[in-house]
Amino acid sequence: MDFYGVPIRSRLLIGTAQYPSPAILADAVRAAGSDIVTASLRRESGRLREGQDFWTLIRDLGARVLPNTAGCHSAKEAVTTAQMAREVFGTPWIKLEVIGDADTLQPDVFGLVEAARILTSDGFEVFPYTTTDLVVAERLLGAGCKVLMPWGAPIGTGLGLNDVYALRSLRAHFPDVPLVVDAGIGKPSHAAAAMELGYDAVLLNTAIAKAGDPVAMAGAFAHAIEAGRAGYLAGPIEPRDMAAPSTPVFGRASLA
Amino acid sequence: MRVTIVGAGVAGLVAAVELAERGVAVEILERGLAIGERACSWAAGGMLAPWCERESAEQDVAVRGEAALVWWPKHIGGVEQNGTLVVAPRRDAAELARFAQRTERFERIDGAEIGALEPDLEGRFDAGLFFREEGHLDPRRALQALAARLGELGVPIRFGVTANPEEIDSDAVLDCRGFVARRDLDDLRGVRGEMLLLRTSEVSLSRPVRLLHPRIPLYVVPRADGLFMVGATMIESAARGGVTARSAVDLLNGAYALHPAFGEAEIVETRADVRPAFPDNLPRVVRDGRVLRLNGLYRHGFLLSPALAGEAAAAVFDMLETPDEADRQRLTA
Repeated sequence: MDFYGVPIRSRLLIGTAQYPSPAILADAVRAAGSDIVTASLRRESGRLREGQDFWTLIRDLGARVLPNTAGCHSAKEAVTTAQMAREVFGTPWIKLEVIGDADTLQPDVFGLVEAARILTSDGFEVFPYTTTDLVVAERLLGAGCKVLMPWGAPIGTGLGLNDVYALRSLRAHFPDVPLVVDAGIGKPSHAAAAMELGYDAVLLNTAIAKAGDPVAMAGAFAHAIEAGRAGYLAGPIEPRDMAAPSTPVFGRASLA
Repeated sequence: MRVTIVGAGVAGLVAAVELAERGVAVEILERGLAIGERACSWAAGGMLAPWCERESAEQDVAVRGEAALVWWPKHIGGVEQNGTLVVAPRRDAAELARFAQRTERFERIDGAEIGALEPDLEGRFDAGLFFREEGHLDPRRALQALAARLGELGVPIRFGVTANPEEIDSDAVLDCRGFVARRDLDDLRGVRGEMLLLRTSEVSLSRPVRLLHPRIPLYVVPRADGLFMVGATMIESAARGGVTARSAVDLLNGAYALHPAFGEAEIVETRADVRPAFPDNLPRVVRDGRVLRLNGLYRHGFLLSPALAGEAAAAVFDMLETPDEADRQRLTA
């Protein structure tokens, strides 16, 4: 698997916000085995230089940083934040969030497509946080995105995969585009389910950061994602309505 | 034995009282011209809430923080021990469940019981958590009371003095400079916090109230004269500067959600400062020759300074009994 030509080993991307401490964050990233961590520039920097100690901590995690535009409510704001992030982290990668509603943190898909177009033409490699809408996904690809990150459920809800049908059809429509379920994951089983659908990776933050033991939870997610991916590759059986005996019944009297 | 303390914030003042009460000759050097003028303790909430803090802090904070509930009432007046009330808007009930899962030593209470504790909140919340054993104080009065107590103990506080701890000729030096010590402590970082002081006569509260929200959890701490401290943001940045519009909106929204009368309150003060923190967000005493650096109190200045001062006092006595080679030469010279 690769994102914009960068080969990726771990299929678990994790956010760096809301941990009890940077020390616990570092341990959680290690336990998760993540290659990529996301970081919210907008909220954590204030004036850039003064946030440097935290950025040093994030860089020292040894993972590639995927800066995000969390908390931006317009395309323009997101573009400005992306440009700041490119300066701070020296990466063309940007997780693009344009929030349309403060209560549900639902993506503003119109602003998202607009910002994606501006940023890709400026040399950015955009990871758009989007809904499961197929047409929006098409537009994002048209705007130059080469990765899609549909939500499982609204950010921070922990509800899991709210619309499995839509996620499944996205996968079917875009067999060759890296797809990452981003947001809404609460438990390791949710992440495993996303991987069993054939998704390439899972991005989450709150489910680990706010767990009773974030480090143990990071490990649990790593296992779940490995299991889900292995299960997908192994080719699960098709569900069926009638029972099918797993031991031979030949020779037994049948009442049917 | 003579000990010099650099910094008259909560860490320095509490350590000074600890040492002076154990018979040590102490003096304090402070770069500001008055108590609190340059101290981030001036912007503190003053909650003595070891069990509530467990929501986002390690067990160590609860264990070391419990001492504060004894230390402060023993040393100053005006410490309230009315507990802490934790509530959440109806739609954020899951936040209350999570808070309860992560903490201990509370009672679950219903809307009527909330109303009995805080009549002004009657009918506003269906469920809450009551941490009966916790307390709160007014940090500004507390710092001033400590300074007065130090006066009684004969400890001078020299204001307007910027000192480098290494260059002070005392038997031991306690570096209590907070974030200023960043250049001597590689892994110290600043975590910006912003607070508001509101004044209203339409609400009265007897204890700190925490309003849970997935994005902007906040607390309101009642102070004398109709004042309420509303805090506090937690931003990974060492930027000082004024309170941002966004943070002010978040804090005001939270206060308004707690009680609409806060919408009519007067904004008396806004303040931003930087909490010094180590990577594990726990304070410690770091020995550096004759200098002991007390730092990393993070958001727990008033809660953890008594425990930290006790540890520092033990380290001072330990150091003077078993000086390392360089110090021994100096002491016998």
